Amino acid sequence: MKRGFPILAIVTGLLLSFALYEALMVAPTEKTMGDVQRIFYYHVPSAWTAFLLFLINFAASLIYLVRRGSKADIVALVSAEVGVVFCTVVLVTGPIWARPVWGIWWTWDLRLTLTLVLWLIYVSYLVLRRFSTSSQTPLLAAVLAVFGALDVPLVYFSIWYFRTQHPSPVIGGGGSLDPRMAHVLLINWAAFLCLAALICWVRYLLEIAKREVEEAQSLESLLEGSQ
Amino acid sequence: MSFFGITAATLAKDVRLEWRSKDAINAMLFFSLLVVVIFSFSFDPTAEESRRIAGGLVWVAFLFAAIVALNQTWARELRNQVLDAYRVSPAPANPLFLAKAIGNFIFVSILEALMTPLFIAFYKLRALGPAWELLPIAVLGTWALVVNGTFFAAISLRTRAREIMLPLLLFPISVPALISMVNATTGVLTGEESVRFWFALLGAYDVVFTIACLLLFETVLEAE
Repeated sequence: MKRGFPILAIVTGLLLSFALYEALMVAPTEKTMGDVQRIFYYHVPSAWTAFLLFLINFAASLIYLVRRGSKADIVALVSAEVGVVFCTVVLVTGPIWARPVWGIWWTWDLRLTLTLVLWLIYVSYLVLRRFSTSSQTPLLAAVLAVFGALDVPLVYFSIWYFRTQHPSPVIGGGGSLDPRMAHVLLINWAAFLCLAALICWVRYLLEIAKREVEEAQSLESLLEGSQ
Repeated sequence: MSFFGITAATLAKDVRLEWRSKDAINAMLFFSLLVVVIFSFSFDPTAEESRRIAGGLVWVAFLFAAIVALNQTWARELRNQVLDAYRVSPAPANPLFLAKAIGNFIFVSILEALMTPLFIAFYKLRALGPAWELLPIAVLGTWALVVNGTFFAAISLRTRAREIMLPLLLFPISVPALISMVNATTGVLTGEESVRFWFALLGAYDVVFTIACLLLFETVLEAE
């Protein structure tokens, strides 16, 4: 386990640099959009990574509700935090691309709105964890995570009823993507997944250390009180 | 006592408390009155424009006002450790939740019944679509706000800054319900689009979250 961490760190570093080179130098320039399109290689992998992390959060929350193990809770916390970071990257890079291509920063289209609402739900999840005074914070947070996940299809259908302006999905949506571009996209996604795993790993270890310290401190104050 | 016996007893207690104190309903009424007045200062719409924006205004006013009642739901039970007494009693958790949700539903419905004429007068509203459809929209929409609101009020009981926590948890989850209510109301007022889709969505929202609340409420009540 201990040796795995530096290996993952090195792999992530190499993969990220390679992906950056591929995205900026190797991938062909898009015909109508020009170089601005290259932000796509960061936007889309961030989105996929964020959604994957939110899915992990949902699964971990369910496991916590059934088993009540602290590991599942830490995984839920970590995946929500890192997911919100990646989701923020999506919401920031999107408008940077949309301004020159669509001529607008933002539009209330299906996927934009869904991503924004997801971001709001998981920020409120993190706020609850931060503000909770109960010793049962993990339990309350897990319940909220389940509610958030149940909400996603409803949000989807409510916004789906409006006209959608976003370019249709590149994978499985009938859109045609140059195979060289798809190649670069997948390399970038692999790099982002490694980065997310690396951050989650660090955060997981940090959270375990934090809980151990808190436990030791409360034990210490108990002992002092009894003297 | 049976499930419905406990529900009825708790509901009767809450309604009697509210009838005698009128804390929640007065605060809600005055609050939504202020919202209506401030909105009408902020925009000065013609009859045609107000038809387009009224759906949003009405529901935003009701949502904000409902927060007042929802925040009181459980805070009231903290005094004299009523909630702790409930926790150690052999009564199941779900009738308590159901009674609280129905109680809030009644309070918010009264608010809506009293405020709607005022909205109609201030914004010169006249529905171009079938006006009776507004009634089921109000019922489904109010239940959507109240069922999750009651549940999240129980969660926010265990946080610092309890009063501000409830809207932070409730608003993001309520997005689909709000979109449906607002669009359905606007659809009826302008008479331009069919509201059947929004009915279905609101119904689905109500069913999904009522079941989720009933399944998870005991967990939340026992968490201390």
